[in-house]
Amino acid sequence: MITSNPRHLRGSYDVVVVGAGPAGLEAAVAAQDAGADHILVVDRETEAGGILVQCIHSGFGLHRFGQELTGPEYAQRVLTQVVKRNIDVVTDAFVLDVDRERRVKLMTQEEGVSLIDAQAIVLAMGARERTRAAIHIPGTRPAGIFTAGMAQRLVNLYGLLPGRRAVLLGSGDIGLIMARRLTLEGVEVVGVFELMPYANGLNRNIVQCLHDFDIPLHLSTTVVEIHGRDRVEKVTVAPVDANLRPQMERAWDVPCDTLLISIGLIPENELSEQLRLRIDPMTNGPVVTSTMECSRNGVFACGNVVHIHDLVDFVSAEAMLAGRSAGRYVAGAAPPADNVRLLPGENVAYCVPHTISTEREHTIYMRTRRPLEACSLRLTDLGGKVIYEKKLRYVFPAEMVNLKLRPAVLHHFHNGALRVDVAPRADG
Amino acid sequence: MSELVTVRYLCIGCPLGCRLEVDEAPETHAIVEVRGFSCRRGKEYAIQEHTAPQRTVTTTVAIDHARWARLPVRSDRPAPKEMVLTICHALRHVRVTAPVKMGDVIAANVAGSGVNMIATRDMPGQ
Repeated sequence: MITSNPRHLRGSYDVVVVGAGPAGLEAAVAAQDAGADHILVVDRETEAGGILVQCIHSGFGLHRFGQELTGPEYAQRVLTQVVKRNIDVVTDAFVLDVDRERRVKLMTQEEGVSLIDAQAIVLAMGARERTRAAIHIPGTRPAGIFTAGMAQRLVNLYGLLPGRRAVLLGSGDIGLIMARRLTLEGVEVVGVFELMPYANGLNRNIVQCLHDFDIPLHLSTTVVEIHGRDRVEKVTVAPVDANLRPQMERAWDVPCDTLLISIGLIPENELSEQLRLRIDPMTNGPVVTSTMECSRNGVFACGNVVHIHDLVDFVSAEAMLAGRSAGRYVAGAAPPADNVRLLPGENVAYCVPHTISTEREHTIYMRTRRPLEACSLRLTDLGGKVIYEKKLRYVFPAEMVNLKLRPAVLHHFHNGALRVDVAPRADG
Repeated sequence: MSELVTVRYLCIGCPLGCRLEVDEAPETHAIVEVRGFSCRRGKEYAIQEHTAPQRTVTTTVAIDHARWARLPVRSDRPAPKEMVLTICHALRHVRVTAPVKMGDVIAANVAGSGVNMIATRDMPGQ
């Protein structure tokens, strides 16, 4: 049942899922399959589906459904699974707080504050966009400055154009997708400016969103000032040196009425902090075990709230694991605790999960710090002995590395911690 | 005999982003050589992109009596690349009314392109 009125809900649930995006919806289904009877999914939006609802382009679902779907199609497929079952979804509802007894404090328009008891919680709040404030762009504060995702929402759901002549800062995939989207709607996209010497988005988006429409991409260049009183009138851009410092003597002005900012995502972790969960400073998300359990028993997390994923397909896989674990926890069938910590080593920014078990199969997600070709991924014990090695053709920071690890690999391992390195091959 | 013409493409198959080069004969436009790929898919992409580039079109159309002002749509098959802007331009005049089901044909043979636009979600009426 989908409702916005908490009077239609139970007073207690086996599992409460916070967030009805792909992560929350997939987790809810998996929790029920694993033995939880009563499941509630809460979302602050007016409809379920999360950010996919506004991502109208295709490129989703190749792993999860074996075919290429648009965002709304992916969301509807997942939501159909939820609606077919006896799972409650409450929209227009905000989780204010989850206390130590796992009482969920819900705020709704219909009822104000209500309390719901949960045996297990799944955190699936997703992420928010970094804004101008995150990188301190100097200048005035006129209208016409949007994050790329906000512009996407205005165009694709509300049918509103953000402006007539736009400059894009940041070459992440959301920004590139919006460059094409605005062009198709008749907005002039003057150029994309990227601080780093390489583009952050997929080659597919560089070709199909920029090259197809002759939109210039300026690498090693950034916006250093915004001008305009009521509305953006122009921005000043400047090339940066090897230390990413703008070279102001080479700056130039670009007239525009709109600036779109696409400079990354931050996991949405206010609830995780209220719950005093351990947070990984690299991912900005909670530290999780191999069952996606956080540092508090019965609290699980999945999706972009844990770490920023490249593909929703990987979010789905992680969410199914988190949901299954929550269901088993409720059924009293949680597996034994992990016995190996993963320590990010050379050229590895982070690993998720943070711990694993030598008894089970795992998928480990990691992000590298710099691009490398013909390299290898090594797991080394604290004595320096290489336990496992896998050759990789290439790694890029913009593409998550995933490692499937069978229990047989760690069969004789009892050392407690493994360092993970992605480094040039020993044989050259 | 005049010189071969070389056209460059960026491969989209994987993050390596191979710089592909296609040599074609000046009059016949026949492909003489493909270079720069490091796998079979890269070579096939270069030939496809050089001879008949295609794109799936995704955009929105206006919708009345629905939760949102726009209904997302996509082409039911890839369209010729040079038709993409024409198709989107033609769709600016399309206006539908909720309810709509995912997969419903919203506009047929748009601008003579041979592709139909279909809804990519259910949109209940309200």
